[in-house]
Amino acid sequence: MCKAVDRMKTITFSQATLEAMQEEMSRDERVFVMGEDIARQGGIFGQFKGLPAQFGTQRIMDTPISETAIVGACVGAALAGMRPVADMHFADFAGVCFDEIYNQMAKIYYMFGGQKPVSMVLRAPDGLVNQAAAQHSQSLEAFFCHIPGLKVVIPSNPADAKGLLKAAIREDNPVIYFEHKALFSMKGEVPEEEYLTPIGKAKVVREGKDVTLVSYSMTMNLAVKAADMLEKEGISVELIDLRTISPIDRETILNSVAKTSRLAIAHEAVKQGGVGAEISAIVAEEAIDCLDAPIVRVGAPFTPVPFARPLEQAYRITPDKIAAAVRGMM
Amino acid sequence: MCAMPVRKEATLPLARYDKETLKFFYETMVKIRNFELTVEKYFFDGEIPGFVHLYIGEEATATGVMANLRKTDYIQSTHRGHGHTIAKGADLKHMMAEIFGKITGCCKGKGGSMHIADFSVGMLGANGIVGGGFSLATGAALAQKMQKTDGVAVAFFGDGASNRGTFHEAANMAAAWKLPVIFLCENNQWASTTPYRTTTSVDDIADRAQGYGMPGVIVDGNDVFAVYEAARELIERARRGEGPAILECKTYRIKGHFVGDPEMYRTKEEVQKVLEETDPIPRFEAKVLKAKAMTKKELEAIRTRVEKELAEALEFARTSPEPEVSALYEGLYV
Repeated sequence: MCKAVDRMKTITFSQATLEAMQEEMSRDERVFVMGEDIARQGGIFGQFKGLPAQFGTQRIMDTPISETAIVGACVGAALAGMRPVADMHFADFAGVCFDEIYNQMAKIYYMFGGQKPVSMVLRAPDGLVNQAAAQHSQSLEAFFCHIPGLKVVIPSNPADAKGLLKAAIREDNPVIYFEHKALFSMKGEVPEEEYLTPIGKAKVVREGKDVTLVSYSMTMNLAVKAADMLEKEGISVELIDLRTISPIDRETILNSVAKTSRLAIAHEAVKQGGVGAEISAIVAEEAIDCLDAPIVRVGAPFTPVPFARPLEQAYRITPDKIAAAVRGMM
Repeated sequence: MCAMPVRKEATLPLARYDKETLKFFYETMVKIRNFELTVEKYFFDGEIPGFVHLYIGEEATATGVMANLRKTDYIQSTHRGHGHTIAKGADLKHMMAEIFGKITGCCKGKGGSMHIADFSVGMLGANGIVGGGFSLATGAALAQKMQKTDGVAVAFFGDGASNRGTFHEAANMAAAWKLPVIFLCENNQWASTTPYRTTTSVDDIADRAQGYGMPGVIVDGNDVFAVYEAARELIERARRGEGPAILECKTYRIKGHFVGDPEMYRTKEEVQKVLEETDPIPRFEAKVLKAKAMTKKELEAIRTRVEKELAEALEFARTSPEPEVSALYEGLYV
């Protein structure tokens, strides 16, 4: 992706997604975006600010509060030759339009024998922020990984946020783009030059020899902190940022586990039935002989996201929890 | 604001219809009827798998609407979608092969009856989810508007589907944005096994149009002329950029909800009575013959042509191979 010679700039995750939209909308006039409160307000996280002035409100469209019609209309528009981006406001609202996502958007290409792909992106801000509690804090990505036909990407930093959003908009298949709400204000280095982050490719963020720690999205940043702590204790952690969770980059994970012989997975979503379960199963099926210790998963408890501070704190994954889990494997 | 829905009848004298349109009406209705009877036979013979929902008795609606559409206009169909697909101009061979689950089918045997589509003629798909098509048609209409064409999209739906929340969201969005979409209700009286009136708050689905600030029109859906004329007005209005409308076509589902439905919820006499009194095909024949707009010979020639086309389609479907197992993973992603 980024060559060492690339000139870099520092911008926020939110700005990174904004630049991706600007570049792709300038490049391809079929690209448009619709969602709640995106034109006048600029998005709850400012991730659409300034786009209406540049591209007009015919391409940056405020919609009625109608998630079903938003996603369905984007599917229909895609079939009629456009390349829509739908904004879900909060990922939690995807439940309202799940039929449009998994029976229409995901299946049309396959069940109609490949007549036309549904080339669209569904942007879904997810995760814990500001004690928003049960219906505004969820990490629901595992649902979408269970549906053949979708691709699911989930960046952890501004550079991948931009590169993956641009790649998602150019992708012919439907893509769910999760963007963690707590990441929007995060600053990071982004190449000055144009680039794409390939969909379906994980990234080895740091090489290590004792244990493979797989994560993505906001939790990836916590995993880095956990790895720093463990490093000081003499535990060398290989860090993998999945970036795409469907399809999963099995090769990168299996190669790493072959080297380290230990696997831990950390994500903010509920542990039960999560992406970590799938990765555990892949490694158990294909590389169990490599393992020197049982696989460890760090995920949220099997409860809705609670509101009160101590409860949310207990629910939340932290670097300490990840480090403790990894320590227990050694 | 729009007032209560308007009931309309065919008013255009037959002499004003050109021969091509009359031929299209008859040929399309007969094609749908015979296609469906063939499908029914081969379903019962065990050659056609899956779930099949027949359009018999409702032919005038698809035909009257589609006579106003161009190839580049879009339709969204329903689980009862063969009639729409035929009327929109899909090739019978590839349709029949699809319903037989063959590799030569228009969906390569991946869809079947409930998920049939032919994008090459603007038929964006049947939908196995009742009420799944409203917003897709709305989006196709939005695309037409963005692309600055005067194309339209038609969302076919039944009285049962009108009770889905998807109807509300799409109708409001289409009306708020003045999109060129026609919500085409085929009120066939039955929501699967439930008489629609026992679960629906209004007698006429078109009543709901006024809640969205769009016109609502009701016609006899078994009168191809009435459907054609009412659809033409609303479609032309949509082409001019004046927004969506609801057209409710009152019709009747002659066959069961699906092929094999034991139909315990109604009597054979009820169905027979409706068929005898309102079957759109004999009604068309009687009307054009009486007015001398078409001759018996012309009608017969059309029927013969349709029979031949259908026999070829059937032969093609029956002799085509099933997909190789290797096709399972093909076409999941581009």
